[in-house]
Amino acid sequence: MSTPMKTSSQDIQDMIKSEQVSIIQRITRVQALQIVLVLLTISIIFSIMAPDAFLTVFNLRSIMMNTAIFAVLGVGATFVIITAGIDLSIGSVLIFSSVISAMVMGNLGASGWTTSLIGLGAAILSGAAWGWLNGVLVAKAKVPPFIVTLGTMGAALGLAQVLTGGIDLYEIPTEMVDTIGFGNLFGELPNLVVLAAVVCLLGGILLHLTRFGLTTYAVGSNPEACRRVGVKVDRHLIWIYIISGVTAGLAGWMSIAFFQQTSIGGNSMTPLTVIAGVVIGGTSLFGGIGTIFGSVIGLLIPVVLQSGFIIIGVESYWQGVVIGIFLIAAVYIDGKRRERAARGSGRKPRRLQVGGVQVGSTEKEGIK
Amino acid sequence: MALLEARGIVRTYGSVVALDGADFDVEAGQVTALIGDNGAGKSTLVKILSGTENAEAGEVTLDGNWVNFNNPAAARSHGIETVFQDLALCPHLDPVKNLYLNREIKRSGLLGLLGFMDRKAMRDHSVEVFTDLGATVRKLNEPVGTMSGGQKQSVAVARSAAWASKIIFFDEPTAALGVVQTANVLDLIRRVRDKGIGVVLISHSMPEVLEVADTVQVLRRGRRVATINAADSSIEELVGAMTGKLDEEAA
Repeated sequence: MSTPMKTSSQDIQDMIKSEQVSIIQRITRVQALQIVLVLLTISIIFSIMAPDAFLTVFNLRSIMMNTAIFAVLGVGATFVIITAGIDLSIGSVLIFSSVISAMVMGNLGASGWTTSLIGLGAAILSGAAWGWLNGVLVAKAKVPPFIVTLGTMGAALGLAQVLTGGIDLYEIPTEMVDTIGFGNLFGELPNLVVLAAVVCLLGGILLHLTRFGLTTYAVGSNPEACRRVGVKVDRHLIWIYIISGVTAGLAGWMSIAFFQQTSIGGNSMTPLTVIAGVVIGGTSLFGGIGTIFGSVIGLLIPVVLQSGFIIIGVESYWQGVVIGIFLIAAVYIDGKRRERAARGSGRKPRRLQVGGVQVGSTEKEGIK
Repeated sequence: MALLEARGIVRTYGSVVALDGADFDVEAGQVTALIGDNGAGKSTLVKILSGTENAEAGEVTLDGNWVNFNNPAAARSHGIETVFQDLALCPHLDPVKNLYLNREIKRSGLLGLLGFMDRKAMRDHSVEVFTDLGATVRKLNEPVGTMSGGQKQSVAVARSAAWASKIIFFDEPTAALGVVQTANVLDLIRRVRDKGIGVVLISHSMPEVLEVADTVQVLRRGRRVATINAADSSIEELVGAMTGKLDEEAA
C-alpha cells in the first residue's frame, strides 16, 4: 500500500527526466519523418537518373505549383480526418466556389483588385456554407460523414453545372491571374505557393498550438470523454467542416487564378488525391492523430512521382499505381501500430502515435 | 448535517422503477460506499447526483443549499466530479492534456484571446497534482493509450481530484484492475478523502468496501435500506442487507 508514497520523489525525478528528453524524442517520433525519408529517397533516385532535368529550379517550381492547391485543401482535410471524419465534397465545393466567385466577379466587370477580393470573399463564403451544411448533417443529424459528404459532393457539382449550364466561365480579372496565378515573390517564388504556405502555417498553428487544435485531437480520440467534461463536440465538429469548406473555397479562387477559368469537369479525383496524401502523411482515418506538415509531405509525393516519371520517360500513369500502394501501406502501418498499442503495456511504445487505442479496445484490455 | 443529502429521489424508465424514493448522504472527508445488487439503482442514483440524468421527484441539498443538476457541467461547477468506469480519457492525448481537457489554461493577453495555451503552467500543475496523490504516472508526454490500466486509472482519478472541491463519485474503479493496481487505487481514494473531499465508492467487491469505506449505504429495489458503519460490519452483513436476507430474519 505504501508503494506509491515511497516512490513519489522517484516519480518527480522520472517526470522531470521524461520532460528533458522530450524535445529530441518529439522530433524523432513524428511519423512524418518517415514519410520525409520516403520523399527524399524518391527525389534522390530521380536526381541521379536525370540530374540535369529533375533538380532544376524550373522543375522544383512546377512541383510546388502543382502541390499548392492540393496543400490548401489538405489543411482542411487534415482537421476533418483527425476528428475521424472524412470530407469527400472538397473537389465539388472547390468547383462550386470558383463558379460563384467567377459569376460575382463577371457581374462586377471582371477587372481590378477590388473585384478580385470580392471574388475571394464569395468563394470563401460559398465554401463555408457547404462546410456548415456538412457539419450540421454530421454533428446534429448524425448521418455518417462519408454519406453526408458523398451527397454534398454530388449536390455541389450539380448546382455548379446548373448555374453555368455546364460551360466553364472565363471572365477572370487579369490582376489576380497575373499576381496570384503567375506572380512571383523575390523573382522565383510563385505567389500561389507563398499563399499555400501561409495557409499551411496558419493551419499548423491552429492545430498544434491552440486550444481549438487540442480539442480537435480530443474529439477525434474519444468524443464521449469530451462530452463528459463538457466539450461542445457537435459545435466543434461543425467548425471543423466549415474549415474544410473554407479551404476548398480558397482553393477554388486560387484555381481560377491559375487556370484563368473554372474547371467544372476537372476535379473528380481531387478529394481522393487529397485524402490519400493526408493519410500517407500519417494522419489516421480513425482519428486523434495527424499533422499539417505530414499532410504537405504526403501531398508532395504524388506530384514528385508524376514529375519524375515524365522526366525519366516512364509513363506517368504509373504514378497512380505507386500512390495506391503507398496509401494501402500507410493505412496498414497505422493499423499495426494501433494493434500493438491495444495489446497492452508490456512493450515500450516507440512512437508518439502508438497511442491508437480506441474506446472499445481500452475496455477490452481492461477486462483481460 | 451531511455535505450532500438526497431525499426521496424517484426515477422511472417506462414501467421500470429504478429509484423509488431513495435517500443518500455523503459526508465530507469520508468514504461512503454505495452498494446494492444489480438493478438496485446504484448507477441511476449516481447519474442523477452527477447531473447526467434528472430525477422525477425528490430533492438534493449540498452544504444545506437546495441544488438541481440539469447537466454534468452544473454538478462540476459545484465541485462534484465523477470517475467513470470507462475512465473517459482521450487515449491519444498525454496525461497533462487529459487532466486539462476542456479546462486548458490560456496564455495571458492577446495570445490567450487567440486560443494559445500556457503549456508550462499546465505541465507544472499536473506534476503537482500527480505527486500530491502519489499517482503512478511516470510519463507526462506519452499518450495515455499506451499506458497500463493502473496508470490510466491514476490519470482519471487525479483529474477528478484536481477539480473536485466537494465530492468525487467512483463508479467501480477497480473492476478491471489487478491486485497491486487495486491497492494503488484504494490508496488514491484514501488520499482524496484525507484532503477533506467526500468520496462515494460504488463497488461490487465487499472486501474492498470494508477495507476503504467509513460508512456503507445499501440500496435495494430503488430505496436505501441500510446505513452501516464499515468498521464494525462484515461481508455477511453487507450481503444480507443487499439481498434482503436481514429483513426476513428480522421479520
